[in-house]
Amino acid sequence: MTELHLTNVSFSYPDGTKALENLTLSVTSGERVAIVGQNGAGKTTAVKLMNGLLKPTEGSVLVGDWDTKNHTTAQVSRKVGYVFQNPDDQIFHNDVESEVRFGPKNMGFEPERVNELTDWAMKLCGISEFAEENPYNLPYSVRKFVTIASVLAMDSDIIILDEPTAGQDKIGLQVLGNLLQVLEEKQKSVITITHDMEFVTDYFTRIIVMANRQLVADDNAQKVFYNTEVLEKSMLKPPAVAQMAKLLDFSPGILSKQQLIEAILAQHSL
Amino acid sequence: MTAMIDLKNVSYRYPVSDDSVLKNISFSIEKGKFTAIIGNNGSGKTTLCNTIRGFVPHFYKGELDGEVIIDQTKITDYQLGQLGEKVGYVFQNPFIQVSGVKDNVFEEVAYGLENLGIPVEEIKVRVEEVLKLVKIEYLRDKNPFELSGGQRQRVALASIIVMDPEILVIDEPTSQLDPIGTQQIFEIIRLMKERGKTIVLVEHKMDLIAEYADDLLVMHKGELVMQGPVREVFADPEFEKYQIQYPHVTEIALQLQQSGIPLTFLPIRDEELADALNRTEVAAHD
Repeated sequence: MTELHLTNVSFSYPDGTKALENLTLSVTSGERVAIVGQNGAGKTTAVKLMNGLLKPTEGSVLVGDWDTKNHTTAQVSRKVGYVFQNPDDQIFHNDVESEVRFGPKNMGFEPERVNELTDWAMKLCGISEFAEENPYNLPYSVRKFVTIASVLAMDSDIIILDEPTAGQDKIGLQVLGNLLQVLEEKQKSVITITHDMEFVTDYFTRIIVMANRQLVADDNAQKVFYNTEVLEKSMLKPPAVAQMAKLLDFSPGILSKQQLIEAILAQHSL
Repeated sequence: MTAMIDLKNVSYRYPVSDDSVLKNISFSIEKGKFTAIIGNNGSGKTTLCNTIRGFVPHFYKGELDGEVIIDQTKITDYQLGQLGEKVGYVFQNPFIQVSGVKDNVFEEVAYGLENLGIPVEEIKVRVEEVLKLVKIEYLRDKNPFELSGGQRQRVALASIIVMDPEILVIDEPTSQLDPIGTQQIFEIIRLMKERGKTIVLVEHKMDLIAEYADDLLVMHKGELVMQGPVREVFADPEFEKYQIQYPHVTEIALQLQQSGIPLTFLPIRDEELADALNRTEVAAHD
């Protein structure tokens, strides 16, 4: 069980470019959080600070009782697994299984546990059938699942997924949804960056909105997607269902397809 | 109308593979049409794009049966370089399209034109215009390798549009982009269509396809299983069995129909739902 606390965190690159300003947030163990916002809003910078890939120029990042400033990225990444946005930045083995196995093996787990975690992660990510394949022969979307499996197999308490929905089809999105469910049952915290607002409303209640390197909102989906000020500031497009509900003049609050269908059915039975 | 892209009974097998990735595919795309290729991952969409731009079999080798005809000429009669001028291809993964030989965005976008031997003055004018069009003027002096995924995706698109090819084949151009950036890319594609370009797009975002595209090609396990105008394909009950995402509004409409609410037509755009429902109300009151 590991909690994550960011307190007044800012980050600037050595050339002075500011990438993140004064971010404060906490993620309790077992919690599921979505981070949304425009390209360049600071989302990836924020999560790279969480696993120690970047160290704050101001403020502090606490992973459990570790301040990331006092630990190496290698140490922090045992507690916080980060799945890169671009799978090709991460993959370096010639077959899928070796890629997935590398993490747990490197953690020094018992061989039996390494096997178990490798099989479990590949299965959960729907890539068991590609165990022998070279990852680079697989489509981009499947390669993304190879990188997710590689991180899951390390069994860290906190898992960060950077745009796992990019390029995913309906089946891929279902695999992701199921994976979030399983991780929640295992009491893992999952922080997901995504541009897919339907995916967000389907699987997340807590949403962190970022814009211009700052936190704009940290609230539940209903409050975020029906808050005009937040939407304008972050240039977010609410999920399709919210837009349809608005066009149909329903009162605010509808986010899921089921809610919308029920509202329409109720109107028709009048 | 003349066919710009014409495939006749095309099958293709990658070298050392036992299975065909494309199985007996035939279709014809008219000049100026915007066609979206949809289908789940692994269904052969990218290979189909590679066939249209001649990389199958010119580059990837393997076995190609059937005929691929681009602008009245068989693909086997083209040099790969000639095809490159005619068919612009935007990679699925923007991280691999960047040339690696230029150290700023302006030059990266100019690179293709330089290779064609276009006069420098003309290159400058064309690059300026495209940077503006794709909204990346502010990136002009940045190193392409220091850009975010979304920014690279725009640079990749700009590098192709600047070449002014007659056919644009675009493989998932918005996967790394936020919703507003995505909308902007579709607006650029619409502009290209208005300029008479023939557009082939691979994309999973059905709401946008419903809004912008003319026709659909539906791929499933290497076969072209459905083709036709966007609205007709989504309305065809057969579509459901391929487990491909519907536009969100269509998904809701289908569930409403199942719950016994009759709709006069199947909406494929958000703003049509009210219309479809209102009409039923009018009918009910009559």
